[in-house]
Amino acid sequence: MSELGKKTEVGSVTGLYSEHVEWSTNLGDATIHAKRMPGRFRTLKYITESFWLIFFFGAYLRWNGKQALLLDVNNRQFHIFNLTILPQDIWMVSLLLLLLAMALFAITSVASRVFCGFFCFQTAWVDLFTWVEEKIEGNPNKRHKLDAAPWNGEKIRKKVLKHVIWLAISVFTGISFTIWFVDAFQYWRDLLSFNLSMLEWVTLISFTLGTYFLAGFLREQTCLWLCPYARIQAVMADSQTILPAYDVSRGEPRGKLRQAGKVVEQQGDCIDCFQCVQVCPTGVDIRDGQQLGCITCGVCLDACDSVMDKIGRPRGLIRYASLDELEGRPVKKLYQHPRTWVYVVILLLALGGIIYGLNHLGSLTLRVAPERQPLFVRMSDGSIQNKYTFKVLNKTDHNLHVNVKADGGIKGQVLVGIEEPKLVTHGKATSFTIFVKAPDENILKEVTKIVFRVENVEDPTMAAEYTTMFNAPKR
Amino acid sequence: MSDNQNSAGGVPTTGHVWDDDLGDLTNQPPRWWMLGLTASAIWVVVYWLMYPSIPFATSGDFFKGVGLPATGQWSAIKELAEDQAVLDAVRKPYEDKLKDMTPAAILADSELSEYVTRSGKVLFSDNCAACHGQNGVGSEQKGAKFAVREQGLMAPVLLDDDWLYGGKVDDIHTSITGGRQGMMMAHKDMLSDAELDTLANAVAAGNPASTPLFAEKGCTACHGADGKGVAAMGSANLTGKIWRFDGSVEGIKQTIKFGVNSGDAESRDAVMPNFTEAGKLSVVDMKKLAVYVYKFGGGQAEAVAPVVEAAAVSAVADAAPVAE
Repeated sequence: MSELGKKTEVGSVTGLYSEHVEWSTNLGDATIHAKRMPGRFRTLKYITESFWLIFFFGAYLRWNGKQALLLDVNNRQFHIFNLTILPQDIWMVSLLLLLLAMALFAITSVASRVFCGFFCFQTAWVDLFTWVEEKIEGNPNKRHKLDAAPWNGEKIRKKVLKHVIWLAISVFTGISFTIWFVDAFQYWRDLLSFNLSMLEWVTLISFTLGTYFLAGFLREQTCLWLCPYARIQAVMADSQTILPAYDVSRGEPRGKLRQAGKVVEQQGDCIDCFQCVQVCPTGVDIRDGQQLGCITCGVCLDACDSVMDKIGRPRGLIRYASLDELEGRPVKKLYQHPRTWVYVVILLLALGGIIYGLNHLGSLTLRVAPERQPLFVRMSDGSIQNKYTFKVLNKTDHNLHVNVKADGGIKGQVLVGIEEPKLVTHGKATSFTIFVKAPDENILKEVTKIVFRVENVEDPTMAAEYTTMFNAPKR
Repeated sequence: MSDNQNSAGGVPTTGHVWDDDLGDLTNQPPRWWMLGLTASAIWVVVYWLMYPSIPFATSGDFFKGVGLPATGQWSAIKELAEDQAVLDAVRKPYEDKLKDMTPAAILADSELSEYVTRSGKVLFSDNCAACHGQNGVGSEQKGAKFAVREQGLMAPVLLDDDWLYGGKVDDIHTSITGGRQGMMMAHKDMLSDAELDTLANAVAAGNPASTPLFAEKGCTACHGADGKGVAAMGSANLTGKIWRFDGSVEGIKQTIKFGVNSGDAESRDAVMPNFTEAGKLSVVDMKKLAVYVYKFGGGQAEAVAPVVEAAAVSAVADAAPVAE
């Protein structure tokens, strides 16, 4: 006897969940075939998405006979045109991440999920994949019919062609990703002769399958259920943030323009044509208000505007508007948004740090480690000798010779081991040992400051300094 | 009315209901999960057969496993040997060069002397540091637990520029390969207490030649007329600030009275073992140590000519390895 069925009335435990009936969830059961409509935001989306052309072709750029942009993880150095960034400068990468995060926060607080709608690789690749799909299988109606149709020669031909092109794009994506980390042209040679390293094969295959699966099959499900940024960004929007929104007061009550052949009077501007739903790549109904599924790509604005034009109503029934504006509260100016300012200030600090870092990369870096066991040695003439291990990092692209000098220290000190200029190999920390010998009678303190300086023999302005200590017995 | 329902929305339950409508579902785990579990169980068996797994406690033997498809039976020793082979391969070009080079030539080659400095650290710690101290700082023996003859340094400090047998890298190399054993006879029967006192004080002041006794009693024969020592004999420089043995007046008296390695019961002992005879170090190891010790900071540079000569030798050695 079924008791459970009867227990759903208010007051019982299951009653708490009765509202789930009205909660529609896109679990990806049905593929969304979104309609492509021309318009301002559609054009904008094509332009912003073409940013990813850099991803595909940037690595082929050459500079002074070498790859201009190379994240050479194997050799622990990044090459950006003339710049070489070694592990010692990697702190700037954390500032770069901070800068990017703050840029995302700031933009999101002003204009909602701009990144999701216009720049995100998931959005861009899905857009490309569905563009291919539309070219092969036709418009959304035809695609729905083809999906439902029984398998025949035509369907097989179209599906195979589509998947082959998807896979080709995916492989090219995998290749394009990898060549940012190794020499692009060498990689192609190795690839064409099936001579890649294990790591290169694994990267290529995993990126190929990842692209194919995420952009071909998972699509909007990625934004809904996988992507953390989709969730994080929601909390950065507030009532001042502008986002694509349906003007409820103007649109409702919605209804068909004509019923039984005549124009219906006294209803809102929304004629319930569902164009905004049909163009949506994530399948949401923007008229339900702001929601998780909306990536704010603006294509529903294009769709609605074109309909408004046709029925002779003003554009902007769906438009970029803030919650304040829609609910009739006074709209604040863009600069009256403290949160954005906080993001911008942090962003500027990070940017300042990076600019400082890039300007102070220098060509030489010096570290001097005084010997700790023993701190000093007494020589046969009674003088005190200290030993220092020098580590000179040469960030230029050629080997250099450096001279060693010392400032401060003890009167009458002699530097031993500096007779000949030292060779410092480029891209590496070269280490050598220097001794400083000082007459005992001139030493006034147990610990005396000493500043070492290494200078390029050919160009003494290229130099690095390091401050350390000269140790002596207790005075 | 029954509390015993075997279905909730088509899903089997245990049949128990709590709080009116909470059932306990007996869902099967998903098929992929079950497949994964089964595969894991099979893998356990395969893994167990592939690797050494069953110890036979009584026979002292163990099941060695059927081995891996590509590399055969696995053992930790084999893995260690493989790892070691990788290291040896990196070191080989350096080690090959070192075989035919003199310590001076190694020192002149900046790359090789850097390599030697790094590998020398381990050799020094294992073979030398026990007497000479870690990093060659020496180990000083003082206080009541040491007899007077034991007080002072156990072995010379290797960091300073005072060398009994010379501080050139070849001298150091000779000291390692052949060992050293200096000798100073006991003078207890030759000197009166007053004479001993005068001599000891003059030596402690760093100016032994100030007393005529220094020449009269034959000290100059070994330590030289100026008291600066003779490297060929390993006699100490008595004018410097560095003392091989206890540098106090009492300590100097002890040395003069009973000598060094003199056979007297109260004599000081100072023996550097012969490392060639000891057989513990290879020829290359001893060269490495010579360079390593030289680079502590007290090494005395060769005159210019020998360095050039050494470089020439190394060039020849590079072209055609010559047996020593």
